[in-house]
Amino acid sequence: MASATTTKGATGRSPLNMILFYVFLVTFVLVSMFPLLWVFRMSITIKAELLESPAVTATASPVADNYGTVFGNPDFIQALVNSMIVAGTTTVICLFFGSICAYSIARLRFLFKSPIMTLILAISFFPQVAIIAPLFIQFTAVGIINTYWAMIIPDVVFALPLTIWILVAFFRELPADLEEAAKVDGATTLQAFRKVIVPLAAPGVFTTAILTFIHAWNEFLFANTFIFDAAHYPVTVVIPNFATVYTTDYGAQAAGAVVVTIPLVILVLIFQRRIVSGLTAGAVKG
Amino acid sequence: MTSATREKKRRGGWFKEEFGTPERRLAYYMVLPAIIIIVAIAFFPILYSVLLSVTDSTIIGLGSFVGAENYVEMFANPDFWEGLKNTVIFTVASVALEFIIGLGVALAINRAFRGRGLVRAAVLVPWAFPTVISAVMWRLMFQDEIGIIGETANAIGLVSEPILSDTTLLLIACILVDVWKTMPFMALLLLAGLQTIPGEVYEAARVDGANVTQRFFRITLPLLKGTILVAVLFRTLDAYRVYDLFWVLSSEQLESLSTFVFKSVRISQLLFAQGNAASVFIFVTAFLIALIFIKLFGMQTGTEE
Repeated sequence: MASATTTKGATGRSPLNMILFYVFLVTFVLVSMFPLLWVFRMSITIKAELLESPAVTATASPVADNYGTVFGNPDFIQALVNSMIVAGTTTVICLFFGSICAYSIARLRFLFKSPIMTLILAISFFPQVAIIAPLFIQFTAVGIINTYWAMIIPDVVFALPLTIWILVAFFRELPADLEEAAKVDGATTLQAFRKVIVPLAAPGVFTTAILTFIHAWNEFLFANTFIFDAAHYPVTVVIPNFATVYTTDYGAQAAGAVVVTIPLVILVLIFQRRIVSGLTAGAVKG
Repeated sequence: MTSATREKKRRGGWFKEEFGTPERRLAYYMVLPAIIIIVAIAFFPILYSVLLSVTDSTIIGLGSFVGAENYVEMFANPDFWEGLKNTVIFTVASVALEFIIGLGVALAINRAFRGRGLVRAAVLVPWAFPTVISAVMWRLMFQDEIGIIGETANAIGLVSEPILSDTTLLLIACILVDVWKTMPFMALLLLAGLQTIPGEVYEAARVDGANVTQRFFRITLPLLKGTILVAVLFRTLDAYRVYDLFWVLSSEQLESLSTFVFKSVRISQLLFAQGNAASVFIFVTAFLIALIFIKLFGMQTGTEE
């Protein structure tokens, strides 16, 4: 997708046209990146200078104090650990069930394929808030309310469509002859899946893992509903609370926001090509 | 599996063909775990929600049947109407802006140029942000005390009061943040759709004397219809369930349908049953929105062919 440059080349365009185009591009990139850059700038500025004016903030000498503040907060460290556990477990479970399901949809022939795909897709349109009350009652009944599982279980359900959808697209791109060859050599369908497809699909599976991880890392509604004990809060619940914990210490709030975003931004920047092709595959083909 | 075996007796041949061979059965076994998870955790609770909404249940457990009482109370509750109004305004405004700007951006960058990688990064970074974190970041920028946008808007006389304490300004702020966060993604999807349109189609149209406007309305839009349907429908239903952004950016002041449900179910003990009525309301209306979309777009394609 990325290398597929379009048919309309830059030929035959006037210099003015090109200048306008690049002005537009620069504006677009700046607007997209500005909040992250500005909040990062705030996070390395001391409180007195933050309070003066944006101009002073922009030119203040950088300090690491605010990062010292947030990393000195045990609740914040705990929240980072909690988010890692929840997003990591969600990703593993989703990939396990998702890859099996996606392989069947992409490669095997059966009758009820399109109703099943519709059902899976319907979940991505589903208003999550509509099930928080029944899940609250059920999670309380089985005793997993206020535990990691109260976040992991609904996260898995709402990340699965994404996982399945992208994996189906990746599996379909793999040449079918390979499994045929494996089967001719006496491998069963499951062996062909495990020994031929899974290793070949590793890059696609990895991209899917990143996207699933981001999805679970960003989840807020279920965490805010089912967790009421600071020991289990993920970062998405803790960071907004910083507004009351640190009230006017805006630099610390900014530092907290930067810390939980930077890992995602790095992941996205490294794997941007793969992510773009994974994300757009479903929309264009489906 | 009892219903499946009964089915087997009734229509032997067809059933045997679908489930008779081990290969076919394996295909179903492989799909089944994911489907069971989805049905058990998403669809079953919705039915439970319906049940809760017609009883005087509390968070502790089921109550007795009260008919439509919860719905009557919900429709008499001004907070519900406030949430519905804000949700509809937010959804229509943000999706319309995202679609128009996103399509413009997609058309503009659908060509070869230096720096594609940078643009791709600029698209993905806002998308990868957790919504609550972007809300926290923008909140810091909207602040009247230290926020760069708050101070600037004040200095040039755009606003006379703190942005974060006026619900109208907050709603506008939410729309802007949502456009910032998801418009690039919309552009990305539309761009992927544009790239599937073969260049020869445009060449042929140009040879036939079609100008830019004609090429856009006669070629680009019709050929892009499928991608547009997916992108706009997805964004509409996503905007319709808005919760994170309102909750954090407005510091729990701005009401949406989802925040109404959350407050009723999780915070107020007395509104639990009404919250369930609102849950069912959101689910049913979201379903209707999806149906209307597919029906409208589907019918248009039908008449053109």
